[in-house]
Amino acid sequence: MIRDPKDLQRYTASERVNHWLVGMCFILLALSGLAFFHPLFWPLVDLFGGGAWARILHPFVGIVMTALFAIMFLRFWSLNIMTSTDRQWLSRVGEMVDGSDQNMPEQGKYNGGQKLVFWASAICILLMILSGIVMWRAYFSFAVDLVRLSAVIHSAAAVVMICVIVVHVYAAIWVKGTVRAMWYGTVTRAWARQHHRAWYRQVTGK
Amino acid sequence: MALQSLDIKQRSATTTPSPSVRQTAEVAKLIDTTRCIGCKACQVACMEWNDVRDEMGSVNGTYNNPTDLTANSWTVMRFYEKENANKFDFEWLIRKDGCMHCADPGCLRACPSPGAIVQYANGIVDFHEENCIGCGYCITGCPFNVPRISKKDGKAYKCTLCSDRVAVNLEPACVKTCPTGAIMFGSKQDMIAQAETRTAELKGRGYANAGLYDPQGVGGTHVMYVLKHADQPGEVGLPADPAINPLVHLWKGVAKPLATATMALVGLAGLFHYITKGPNEVSKETEKELEKEDAA
Repeated sequence: MIRDPKDLQRYTASERVNHWLVGMCFILLALSGLAFFHPLFWPLVDLFGGGAWARILHPFVGIVMTALFAIMFLRFWSLNIMTSTDRQWLSRVGEMVDGSDQNMPEQGKYNGGQKLVFWASAICILLMILSGIVMWRAYFSFAVDLVRLSAVIHSAAAVVMICVIVVHVYAAIWVKGTVRAMWYGTVTRAWARQHHRAWYRQVTGK
Repeated sequence: MALQSLDIKQRSATTTPSPSVRQTAEVAKLIDTTRCIGCKACQVACMEWNDVRDEMGSVNGTYNNPTDLTANSWTVMRFYEKENANKFDFEWLIRKDGCMHCADPGCLRACPSPGAIVQYANGIVDFHEENCIGCGYCITGCPFNVPRISKKDGKAYKCTLCSDRVAVNLEPACVKTCPTGAIMFGSKQDMIAQAETRTAELKGRGYANAGLYDPQGVGGTHVMYVLKHADQPGEVGLPADPAINPLVHLWKGVAKPLATATMALVGLAGLFHYITKGPNEVSKETEKELEKEDAA
């Protein structure tokens, strides 16, 4: 494997495996969950071997995802604490979206937007695992009013989560040189200097 | 029920109209609780006709046996002992519980599986277990706490109003067997008329609040009761003003198109952002700066 020795290590192999496992769980959960939400998405159950199989698998995948995300959370939460620079960055996110990120405030390993994705995911997953257990009729029997409330919370959190992940994936595709950080862990120095200057200084000492 | 494919009024998780060219009269079962003697012949007839047998349970000190609806017991008699101020005026209230066959069925609205729950043009709400995925959303949607999931196969079951018998012009098994004629069956219109006659009789005998239970919050039901005290349906375990819960309406109503549109728009926004703004590449200047630094 030929790599530029000057590239910067952004993620370890273990972090990457962790991330992809969470991502795979998310895709399985989103596809099966959407099928239960709207008849438009019902044919997606065929990916799981039919409606009953989708219903059986969905909660177990949810538990696996929560456990894997919990590990990711412990790994990254301290890097995702919002600072005043992040808030400044977020208030000027319009410039970033417009395509000119040259004058954005200097960012550490994560920018304000990435931190929002992190916390939104954490909150949504927490809401979904709690409401999901309440809805899990195969093993639990909660008061019906609580189940009704949980159904609404579960759906709402899922929709927010799906939108957040669409933004997350799009941002990785849009900002060239990003996806490789999740494939093989490294980014170019130029990438780091342009998008995460403070982190660049920190790891290079420059 | 292939025979009834022309008579389907509503079908779960289906957004286009069901076959509906044929109009059939709405049917109803009228349960006159004032004539019920609690013999449980209806429970036996139900088990016999539908050929389901419940597990042997245990007695809980009341006449309720089995103590609740189950995947195998689609109807149960519920016994209520009502002590009035005058202790010699004790009342033993008995109600045959089971699916109410709502005109606006919460189970059908909540069900995610196409065709697992259907409502026939005659008003009967039927579960088609071959399409049931066992999620239990029907229980979440039901205002009367009726459907039960079988431990054996993970499918939901409830009273079918003997849709198979009704399809060939027979009355439901419980109606056929009731020895006092407390359970009646016919067109919904006739059953309402029957209830009115009976209510007038009961009022004449001093039950001033006797009346028909046909709750309009769920669009009326195709199983109706004549109650001695229709002003207090709670004393026989019936909700006073049942309706599909607003949370269920939200979840399986407006949230569906709204959420779908939101997710689609977010996806489209990404695509068109890329097309209009182009990718965010690392600038040549930054690369050159680094080359200079390396050379130095």
